[in-house]
Parts: sequence; structure tokens; C-alpha cells
Amino acid sequence: MTVPAHRDASGVHEATCKAYLDRFAAKRAELPGAGLPWLDAWRERAIERFAEHGFPSPRLEEWKFTNLSKLAETVFEPIPSAANGISREDLGGYRLEGASDHLLVFVNGRLRPDLSDTGAPGEGVTVTGLSRALEDDAEAVEESLIGAGDPSAGERASALGQLNAAFMGDGAVIRVAANAQPERPVHLLFLAHADKEPAGMHPRNLIHAGEGAKLTVIESYVGLSDGPYWTNAVTHVTAEKGAAIQHFKFQAEGAGAFHIAATDVDLHENAAYTSFVMSLGGILARNEIRARYNGEGVHCALKGVSLARGRQHLDTTTRVDHLMPSGVTDETYKGIVDDRARSVFRGKIRVAPGAQKTNAYQLNQNLLLSDRAQADSKPELEIFADDVKCGHGSTVGDIDAEALFYLRARGLEEREARTLLIEAFLGQLIDDIEIGPVRAMAREAFTGWLAGLDG
Amino acid sequence: MGQLLEIKNLHARVEGKAILDGIELTIDAGEVHAVMGPNGSGKSTLAYVLSGREGYEVTEGEVIFEGKDLLAMAPEERARAGIFLAFQYPIEIPGVSTSVFLKSAVNILRRERGESELDAMDFLKRAKEKLAALRMDQKFLSRPVNVGFSGGEKKRSEIFQMAMLEPKLAILDETDSGLDIDALKIVAEGINALRSPEKATLMITHYQRLLDYVVPDKVHVLAHGRIVKTGGKELALELEEKGYAAFDAASKDAA
Repeated sequence: MTVPAHRDASGVHEATCKAYLDRFAAKRAELPGAGLPWLDAWRERAIERFAEHGFPSPRLEEWKFTNLSKLAETVFEPIPSAANGISREDLGGYRLEGASDHLLVFVNGRLRPDLSDTGAPGEGVTVTGLSRALEDDAEAVEESLIGAGDPSAGERASALGQLNAAFMGDGAVIRVAANAQPERPVHLLFLAHADKEPAGMHPRNLIHAGEGAKLTVIESYVGLSDGPYWTNAVTHVTAEKGAAIQHFKFQAEGAGAFHIAATDVDLHENAAYTSFVMSLGGILARNEIRARYNGEGVHCALKGVSLARGRQHLDTTTRVDHLMPSGVTDETYKGIVDDRARSVFRGKIRVAPGAQKTNAYQLNQNLLLSDRAQADSKPELEIFADDVKCGHGSTVGDIDAEALFYLRARGLEEREARTLLIEAFLGQLIDDIEIGPVRAMAREAFTGWLAGLDG
Repeated sequence: MGQLLEIKNLHARVEGKAILDGIELTIDAGEVHAVMGPNGSGKSTLAYVLSGREGYEVTEGEVIFEGKDLLAMAPEERARAGIFLAFQYPIEIPGVSTSVFLKSAVNILRRERGESELDAMDFLKRAKEKLAALRMDQKFLSRPVNVGFSGGEKKRSEIFQMAMLEPKLAILDETDSGLDIDALKIVAEGINALRSPEKATLMITHYQRLLDYVVPDKVHVLAHGRIVKTGGKELALELEEKGYAAFDAASKDAA
């Protein structure tokens, strides 16, 4: 295969794209499920599309605020070496007390059964690694991957999703049967230990809740080394009629890491989906959620916090498609930005013609702690129905000097007063997390982050 | 009792504009002073300069509090030394619960005074007593600081905080404004409850009516940034009768 010359990439990227094509040609036989004709064809189409589009450029509206040129400078090995040194003792801090009984641990993109606790979370629930699922029940995976269709296939903005499809390594396959309601969450822990080479992880998770089912999923991404690596994750979530999914994500990648994650969510009649993303790791991270309301009465809450310092760039992008009537979207993202860091929010809510009685609200608030910190915020509503309630809000501000003086005039030290005000800015979002162990983890991470503030 | 606060030849400006023009004022422990004056005379500036607000630049003079140079101290150091400012416009702080913030402040000041910290139970018990005295709802404690309070509730909240913090010198900046007569009486009771031979109060007000309920030892008239007349409580009544114009003229002549 050759790289088409018409692409608008600067040329630097072409070398990287070429390298990925070469890696694909050389290693495709080692990829999970190699030899399955449908999968081979699927991967091949994906790498072709990636090659056609290249790395998304900031000239694309979807990537306007997030420049990937640093990511595109390096070739991240798409089948990274295993890091065998990790043992159960290393997991201590990342397990969640009371929420990690059903834990899948991935190290450098591969499921490690020896570190995982894969006992069935409850009746009607199956949890497997993707690689294993391709051996045991490839047809079901095929149905999930291809049967559902890939709505973003061919879109330039989603070229990294295509790269994921080409190199898709492992991931979690979670299926909850109709009306099954496991009490305990399923926790997916992705550990990266990339000290030998720039590793490129392309996990893909398939989460399916049948009619009336309930599920809580926790995704954690944790870096155990500070060198450069890349997590390029794609997660598919489907909630059938009346199903309810709570989805928590904790992004704490290593200091030199890139983290690009796309979560595609398909919601059917009266389904409920709650997402909370806490993003504080990596040098550049993007969490993208694309939700489609395929039936009436969907209820969706999208929440998240970004804590950025140093030169971190943390991007939250959401796209919600109200395709059917009576959907509810309740979206709040907050960012705290220190030093020379940058937070980005792009959120689009589209209300299709006929999606009457839609009720959608979107809020993005940013608190800047330094003169050189930056926040870009672009909430967007596209409404093609006339009987809807929609709104959005966006703020970028500093710590309120009057409030700071008020607290100091009561005896609190400036640092203490600042911390209290920063805490107040997003404390409520964390307090609203329903699952206790997740709330505790988020609280602990936030407190730890606050402790690292300069005076 | 001894001298608590001494203000000597205090000049200050805000955004380059001279507001205080040589204030002289001494407050002894056990006293209640009232500073009265028309709008723009520098009343609130005096309160903010004493509490250390940024943007209020002292160009001349000094302020001695219990023998220490007050102007050299950060706002929190002044609070810890025992100065309390009841704000004219209390700030709303969403997300910060009143009880969490106040418990923290109370214990900072108690440590400073060499007293034992209050645990959650003791704090709550004391807070409930003070709230009851001010006819305030206990739910107030769990609400964010001043958020959604009416003007009158905010003023009462300031007096409640004062009662909890037990300052040596309370500076009340127009605490009476925006209160109806019933609320005014309650607030006055709260102020009077804190009177003691060791403590002092500086009331800054436009109107005389609060002084009917909190009777001052001394009344000062502030005009154009300086004190133009000092007298006993009867001076407040004289002001009420004659208005500020008479004193205004006197100050202009003096200048």
C-alpha cells in the first residue's frame, strides 16, 4: 500500500502514516483474530481509511482546538512488548475497595488473566477479553463490531478510530442479558508500562446491556511510567430498551502519555446512560463521547472534570444526537487549569427533526489558576425540532478575588482559602457520583491534585 | 481598660483617588464607637483599610492594634489577631458550606488564642445556640456561604459568624442597612451580647437608628475622609436632627 499524496498532512505525518502501514503489513498476522476473513477485511479497510485521511488536522472543525502534530511525530509500536514485571502487589492502589471484585487488568494493551479477577459478576453477565472472545465466539464479536455498523467510518475526524480498528488488540467484552442486574461493577484497569519503546495501545471495548438490564462499568487508565506512549481507545456501548448503564472513567495516564479515546454510545427506548469522566493524566488527552438516541425517552447524563497543569492539554468532546422524541440530556463538564496547561471543551447537541419534547442542557465551566493557563469552550446546539427545551452555558474565570478576601478576613490563610474555592468549583460534581468507591477515588484524586498546587 | 486600636493620621486612596485624609481615632477595650457620615465620606474605605483588603493603598499614617503594626499584617493575620469585619455586602460563595468554612475559621482563631479546638459536636452545639439567639434556621449551616440568602439573612449571617469567632474588635460596616425593624433589634441584641470589658466594636453607619439599640460610648462624624467631630451618644441624635450638611460645611472650612 502507498500513502496517497493528496492528503493535507504536512509531510512529517506522512512518514508516520507510512510507518503504520508498514507495521500493519508486517504484523497483521500477529493481531488477535488474524485469519478470520471478515476481520482481516475489516482491518484492511480500516488501515486504508486511516492512510487516506491521516492524522486529523486542526483545520477540521472537530479538532480545531487540539493539535496532534506531536502525537504524529512518533511511531508508537502498535503491538507493544508485554511488561511482565507487574504483579498483583502493584495493583493495590488502583483497585477500588468494594468495586473491583470483577476486575480485568490489561497491561500494555493485553489482558492479563493472572492479574484479573474474572469471576462472573452475576447471573446473566459475561465478561471476557476481546482477544479471547475472538477465539471463542467470533460471530458474536463480528455482530457487535460490524452488525451495529460504524457510523463514523470514513469520517476524516475519526481516522484514529480507524487506526484502532486496524491494530485493535485486546479489550473487554461485557454482555448483560435482558433484565440481568448485577450488583457489583465491572472494573477495567488499563496499565501502561512503556519504558522500552514508545508503545501504542489500541484497546477496544464492547459493552452491551440487554433490555431492562443494568450495569456499572469503571474504566481506569493508569500510567506506570512517564515516558511517551499512546493509548488509542475505542469503546462501544449499547443500552437496549429500558437498560441503564453507569459508566465511569478515570484517566490518569503517565506524564508523557497521549490518550485518545472515543466512546460510541447507542441508546434505545427509555435507556439511561450516565457517564462521569475524570481526566488528569497524560500530556495530551482527548475524551470523546458520541451518543445517539435511537428510541424515545432516553435519559443521558454526561459529567466530567479535567484537572490540567504543567503543559497538559485535556480535551473533552461530546456529540449527542437526539434522533427520537422525549430525550433528556444533562451535560456538565468542568475544568481547572493551572500553569501553562489548556483545557478544551467542544460539545454539540443535535436535535433531529421530529425529536420533539427534547430536554437538553449543556454546561461547561473553567477555572484558570494562572495567567498562562488557557481554556477553550465551544458548546453548540443544532435544533431542527420546534417543541424542545434546550440551553447551554459556558464560563471561563479566575478565582473570585472578593470571595478570597472574605475567607481570609475570617482567618483562613490565602493558600487554604484558594484551595477551598477551587474545591468548591467542582466538589459538587464529585459528590454527586452515586457509586461510593468511585466517589471516594475521585475525591482522593482531586485532593491529591489540590495538594500539588503551588502556593 | 487599655487601648485596643489607635489610628494615627491615616491617609488612603483607592484607584488613585484620595479617600481618607488624616483619620485620628483611638478605641479602648470595652468601648463601642460609631463612625457616622454621608455616602462617599470614606466610611467603608476605613473598614476595608482596617481589614486589609487589596486595592486600598495607605499613603500616610499608621494603625496600631494591641501594640502591633496592623497595616503590615495580611488580612488573615488581622483576623487571627482578633479583628472581624462584618461586610456591608457579604460575598456569596457557591460550593463552600457555611459549617465547613466556619468550623475551620473558628478553630484557627481558637488555636491562635491558645484555646482547644471545637470538635464537630461542640461546634454544632455552639452554632445552634447562636443561631437560635439570632432567630436563624439551623438549615443555614449546611447551605453554601451566603448563597440564596436575602439581604437581611446575609447581615444576620455576618453577626452569627461574629458570635462564633468572638473577635476583640468587631468592625460593622453598615450592618443595619437593609434590615427591617425586627431584624434590626435581633442584630442589635447579637452585637450587645458580645460587649465585654475586653472587646470593642466599631460601628460604621449612615443612620442613627441602630444606635437606639446598640448605644455607643463615642460617636464620630466622618466627612471628606476625616473625623470632623467627636462626641457622646447625643451627637448621633444631633446628626439625625440637623443632617450631615452642617458638619460637611465645617469640614470644608477646616480644609
